[in-house]
Amino acid sequence: MTMVADRPEGLEEAAVATPEFEKAAERAASRRGFLLSLPAYAYLVLFFAVPLGIVMIYSFATRNRFGGTDLSGWNLDAYRKLGEPIVRDILFRSLWLAILTTLICLVVAYPFAYFIATRTPLVRNLMLVFVMIPFWTNFLVRNYAWRVLLGNDGLFTNISEAIGLGERELLFTTSAVVIGLVYGFLPFMVLPLYASIERIDLSLVEASRDLYASGFQTFRRVLLPLSMPGVIAGSILVFVPSLGAYVTPEILGGAKTTLLGSYIVTQFLTARNWPVGASLSFVLMAVMLVATLVYFRTGGRNL
Amino acid sequence: MSDRGDHHVSEQIAAVKLTAITKRFGSVVAVDNVDLEIADGEFFALLGPSGCGKTTTLRMVAGLEFPTEGSLKIFGDEAGTLPPNKRPVNTVFQDYALFPHMTVEANVAFGLKMQRVAKQEIAGRVQEAISLVRLEGLEQRRSQQLSGGQRQRVALARALVNRPKVLLLDEPLGALDLKLRQEMQGELKALQREVGITFVFVTHDQEEALTMADRIGVMNEGELLQVGTPAEIYEHPVNRFVANFIGQTNLLDASVVSNDTVCLANGVHIPGKSDLPVGTRVAVCLRPERAGMHAPEEVPADQQSVVGRLESVTYLGNALVYTVMLDWARLEVRRENQPGGYQPHVGEEVAVSWTLDAISVVRA
Repeated sequence: MTMVADRPEGLEEAAVATPEFEKAAERAASRRGFLLSLPAYAYLVLFFAVPLGIVMIYSFATRNRFGGTDLSGWNLDAYRKLGEPIVRDILFRSLWLAILTTLICLVVAYPFAYFIATRTPLVRNLMLVFVMIPFWTNFLVRNYAWRVLLGNDGLFTNISEAIGLGERELLFTTSAVVIGLVYGFLPFMVLPLYASIERIDLSLVEASRDLYASGFQTFRRVLLPLSMPGVIAGSILVFVPSLGAYVTPEILGGAKTTLLGSYIVTQFLTARNWPVGASLSFVLMAVMLVATLVYFRTGGRNL
Repeated sequence: MSDRGDHHVSEQIAAVKLTAITKRFGSVVAVDNVDLEIADGEFFALLGPSGCGKTTTLRMVAGLEFPTEGSLKIFGDEAGTLPPNKRPVNTVFQDYALFPHMTVEANVAFGLKMQRVAKQEIAGRVQEAISLVRLEGLEQRRSQQLSGGQRQRVALARALVNRPKVLLLDEPLGALDLKLRQEMQGELKALQREVGITFVFVTHDQEEALTMADRIGVMNEGELLQVGTPAEIYEHPVNRFVANFIGQTNLLDASVVSNDTVCLANGVHIPGKSDLPVGTRVAVCLRPERAGMHAPEEVPADQQSVVGRLESVTYLGNALVYTVMLDWARLEVRRENQPGGYQPHVGEEVAVSWTLDAISVVRA
């Protein structure tokens, strides 16, 4: 029995396996998993769920005459205010710009993502790094850079003058906001698209061409349906932050193009109407929640 | 064309005709100056080791690659620069490339839909193709829910439903296990006879090529070395590579002495017909199953022989393979496993013998 004597120290004696042992082992594993994820849970509850609750409570509260908020007399006045023309206009404008931004990103990013996905691994990685390089510079700085480019004596006005389109003012217009949003969120469209196109077996494209499909038909019937999870993921990743964007519209947009993000900030800081700011935040979140649910439903079916 | 009434094969328009086709990828020559004619209705195999250019050749016919140089005709029409959707050919891809987001039925209907065939006609033809490959009842399945053999049938139906003039198959049985592969070999052959379409298939499996093809083209390093019926290729390989690649073979180094004599590497002159110039280095190709084995003093008078020492005997069940070592070569002899007869022991001197028609002289 030298073999038992040689057993390394600390190793428990093996025994015949029993269902009880198996269950106990599984319980221990799940307990370990819970303990390890506790920090993340705690962080989310403390700094996400609790503030969210506070926002919700405030959205039903009353603004008092001195610009403060009374946590009494619960009502739905703040939500009713969302039906007023000014707020409704801002809501629709924000929705429209977010949709426009998402569509432009989709159209621009798809061919690019396809191009990356069909390169050799080395070129692929290099191009993915290029996509991410802008993130190395502060978002605010990049937005101010656009201000220079789009401004009165900026590159774009100069070009439009040079090619005879006349002096076109871009800065502080809706176009400037869309340009800025597309620029800022394009990588969020490219990356999921790339990930889903990269997974498609390219011999399917060849098969489609072999079966008399034109290039466009191949895109519509084979590539697009198979990359749908990426299209949806990218669209949500662009749509959601576009809808609530604050920095870009503030820097590149004008007074006439107030969007949701800015309006909420105004309600909290300038108008000191916390209930309205809170209710708007809540509506915004509801829209995003719906979008995310749509993603999981569609994505879940395809994957 | 002027010889009217002559029923020679070359008078018909070839299904596929390659003339001086070359394909280069950068500096790599994948297909090197290939001439090939495949007749209408033929079951043709392109055979060769991986990287020999056979798949590239097939892909050029499909339109998935374009030749660098040369002419490619499909039923007489120049097709070398046409995109795949403009060619009357369809392909069964190596891994089948079935559309995972479509049902079996939708996969099969795809080609007809793209050609804007009328809806009612599509339904009929799809059903016909599905029953041709015996997949009835699986129309609504998706490819992930099918077995390897079933996927292969869907790929076949998806191509054949278009009634292509030529069907291209890229290693069609490569993904199947041995038993299924053997079964599908017979089925493919029967299917080809039934539909009467020219089949061109690519394979690295010489047995598959011999079993299924009417004619075989053997490729290596981008060159088409030999084209012929399975028997021609097996019995009269043009060179050492072909002899070695098709079936098991013994190759004895030799040189040409006259048009009916060669000198083996051990200096012995033996009869061996060839039309190669005197002095050419050649190999005498002796198939293991065509070699005889006798005690050295009992070799029949009408046979040639070499004597060596029996090194090992491999038991294959239905046959035995004897390995005989000579000073200058190593020979294998295959004999049916039958009781009685000459049963040498390992270590004994044995004579490996052959009749004149058992050997062929090939370029080294």
